[in-house]
Amino acid sequence: MNDLTPPIGGGCRTAPVLKQRGQREVFCGLTGIIWLHRKMQDAFFLVVGSRTCAHLLQSAAGVMIFAEPRFGTAILEETDLAGMADAHTELDREVARLLSRRPDIRQLFLVGSCPSEVIKIDLARAAERLSQVHAPHVRVLNYSGSGIETTFTQGEDACLASMVPVLKDTTARELLLVGALPDVVEDQMLALLGEMGIDNIRLLPARRIDDTTAVGPNTVFALTQPFLGDTHAELERRGARHIAAPFPFGDEGTTAWLQAIATEFGVSDDVFDRVTAAPRARARKAIAQAAEVLRGKSVFFFPDSQLEIPLARFLTRECGMTAIEVGSPYIHDALHGPDLDLLPAGPQISEGQDVDLQLDRARAARPDLTVCGLGLANPLEAEGLTTKWAIELVFTPVHFYEQAGDLAGLFSRPVRRKSLLRMEAAE
Amino acid sequence: MKLTVWTYEGPPHVGAMRVATCMKGLHYVLHAPQGDTYADLLFTMIERRNHRPPVTYTTFQARDLGSDTATLFKTACQDAVDRFAPEAIIVGASCTAELIQDDPAGLAETMGLDIPVIPLELPSYSRKENFGADETFYQIVRTLAAPQERTSHVTCNILGPTALGFRARDDIEELTGLLYDLGVSVNVVAPFGATPTDIANLPAAHFNVLLTPETGEAAARWLEKTHGQPFTKIVPIGVGATRDFIAEVATITGLPCQPDESRLRMPWWSRSVDSTYLTGKRVFIFGDGTHVAAHARIARDEMGFEVVGIGCYNREMARPIRALARDYGVDALITDDYLEVEAAIEALSPEMILGTQMERHIGKRLGIPCAVISAPVHVQDFPARYSPQVGFEGANVIFDTLIHPLVMGLEEHLLTMFRDDFEFHDENGPSHHGGPAPRPPQADTPRDISEPKKVETGGDVLVWLADAEKELKKIPFFVRGKARRNTETFATEKGLAEISLETLYEAKAHYAR
Repeated sequence: MNDLTPPIGGGCRTAPVLKQRGQREVFCGLTGIIWLHRKMQDAFFLVVGSRTCAHLLQSAAGVMIFAEPRFGTAILEETDLAGMADAHTELDREVARLLSRRPDIRQLFLVGSCPSEVIKIDLARAAERLSQVHAPHVRVLNYSGSGIETTFTQGEDACLASMVPVLKDTTARELLLVGALPDVVEDQMLALLGEMGIDNIRLLPARRIDDTTAVGPNTVFALTQPFLGDTHAELERRGARHIAAPFPFGDEGTTAWLQAIATEFGVSDDVFDRVTAAPRARARKAIAQAAEVLRGKSVFFFPDSQLEIPLARFLTRECGMTAIEVGSPYIHDALHGPDLDLLPAGPQISEGQDVDLQLDRARAARPDLTVCGLGLANPLEAEGLTTKWAIELVFTPVHFYEQAGDLAGLFSRPVRRKSLLRMEAAE
Repeated sequence: MKLTVWTYEGPPHVGAMRVATCMKGLHYVLHAPQGDTYADLLFTMIERRNHRPPVTYTTFQARDLGSDTATLFKTACQDAVDRFAPEAIIVGASCTAELIQDDPAGLAETMGLDIPVIPLELPSYSRKENFGADETFYQIVRTLAAPQERTSHVTCNILGPTALGFRARDDIEELTGLLYDLGVSVNVVAPFGATPTDIANLPAAHFNVLLTPETGEAAARWLEKTHGQPFTKIVPIGVGATRDFIAEVATITGLPCQPDESRLRMPWWSRSVDSTYLTGKRVFIFGDGTHVAAHARIARDEMGFEVVGIGCYNREMARPIRALARDYGVDALITDDYLEVEAAIEALSPEMILGTQMERHIGKRLGIPCAVISAPVHVQDFPARYSPQVGFEGANVIFDTLIHPLVMGLEEHLLTMFRDDFEFHDENGPSHHGGPAPRPPQADTPRDISEPKKVETGGDVLVWLADAEKELKKIPFFVRGKARRNTETFATEKGLAEISLETLYEAKAHYAR
């Protein structure tokens, strides 16, 4: 029933990777704050940066402005740079003010930016000092979301990686599920695993700091997001073992991901099939509807979120599309390998970006669907290409069976729309 | 260091991008790390532009910092010139590149490019977006404008409109038509739509119309000083301002300037009896200095509103806005701190806000209708339809914009009359907006009535008695804030400690108009 045979012509795991260096049309890691602050309901993210950082956050989050979000930017001013003010004293003052205004905050992340990294403000030291000042009520951690070090979703990776060293120790055999998911999806995931009898499960990130996420040598962990390379490394450092699997997108990806965990925990095939049969059938039905318009069409991925490889696997194997190029900001074999194994050989795999050269390739290939960032989508539409803006893929519940149809729908909608609009004169 | 939640303005290099993006044949080489490309989406998504901003980001990474970011800049600069073949380039640094001090201007100069290279010095840690746009446009004009003969007939330039400007596209069209009616043709509009060649031809015009002081004043002043071109000081937003502007153009040009007012409908729309309900509506106005000043005059003199507070986020306009506030007998709020604006609005509890995208959110939270009159704005405020702010059609458009968020006049009466009607009540919002989503029936939680509501008013504590509180709830939401405030002020003035039903109606009589 679980047909996860590799493609006949071989997969893409050993395919040559095109690496180019030039302008990158991507967000920096600060962007992750937009979903992380909603996920961790007692956390505040304080970026130490410039007006550009603040402007980025509100522009990227522009569609979802809240009256008072749980993030902000401590904007560096000339006095901070000229050494007239001690950055650490200033930071202590702003943090004290913030925490006194928001007593509901239990964990504070100091988030490094390009300017704070360049002028070398030691946020690790600041976090340690502020932790002592505000303990036990508030835990202060730090990570870098700077553009010189992180691309878009790597911000979440850096954030979660910063939490691993302070997780409690445990020797219990537990399953740790890693990656920020919308609550509704997380609940579905826990229900599926629970029905298989796996319920010694911890989550990273937990919704609140009081939750009892712990890690140790008997922990096994699975990643729900393909961009958590540093978190993966930190967890292995704590002795935990990674369950490698394709990522849970679509029917096939979800089944493979669940199967890998089921095998680890000795779940019988009967139980596995009983639990997954109904949602699998629903997923297949929903995908089939959306895939009707995708079948036989070509797709070109610009690098954005590191979701590209698993999504290309989904679109080619489950929606009948052909991939022309699959660009990813970074490729980690330990994370992306299982998906690359399943992705049929043929597409150009590329890592990093020179956006002008990549645009030349896309224009030459004239794909039926181009997956790209917000800065490129409308210009490419104006050139007659059909696009799917990639940020929706991280702002929409797309994991696991019940969302598989929605995921396919995100790609089919622009194609359907193009065929629906008729504005020429009738004759 | 200053904690910021939302910002009204981006960094100054975004201002430079606004200039570059609205021009043609100009390219911006920006020394910047990965991630600063986010700014492209302001133009491609929010303004729905169909081309990428003409900006090349050098995209340096942490590992480049120890080695050679200067070579990276030169390579990116050369590639951009080869690929895009611009007539001129502007070069500069974003906030991070400013710190590594590579001197893009000096580097570009040594490259021996055969096109004009215009260096930008935009201090990221002390200035903001509007300054960046103003300074960039000024540097472009200063470098490229060529001395030349004036045109034989009377012409002017329109200066200031940029990408992401509030209704810039339509204001240019409306203003060009208005000037044509007056016998003045437009030589160049800049920077919006201009090429470097057009910029060179700016001095051929007889005078300049400064449409957007925020982003064009430095260039206008320089052209006045260097090329003897006077510039207009009045921005023609509103009926009165448009008429004053026409008089100003007549003075500068010596032309008779008899405008055709046949399409101007706003004065009659405002005088007609249906508009009576607008009388004395308390409005709070916040945005960029230019639009705030224009709207204060429109609100008071053309709509018959009462202006209860004004302010602007751009410090460059602090002086005129403070002077204007004195004129209106209110305090000016000069701040770019969103939370301060929210607090001011909450304290004044106006019946309407004229503001930016941010104030729309404040209004939504506080239940106060808001019309958007100034940048920054989001995608829904870049309309497909023709929607200018300047000139006579602009006045018509503004009238519609200002009444749309409000409950209609007759509806207001009916809501007041049938206060307790279970179907016809104010929580449905204005009837021309479409209904809000039906709410789940509220559980009837018994309210704790043992403790009457206390209000602190500068030391004194006022207590709302239950029957007064209940009566207040019957007042429609669009006047409830005012009623509460008036009553509390009245009670404080009378030295009362409690507000009874009687106090509420005495206050109502006291403030009757």
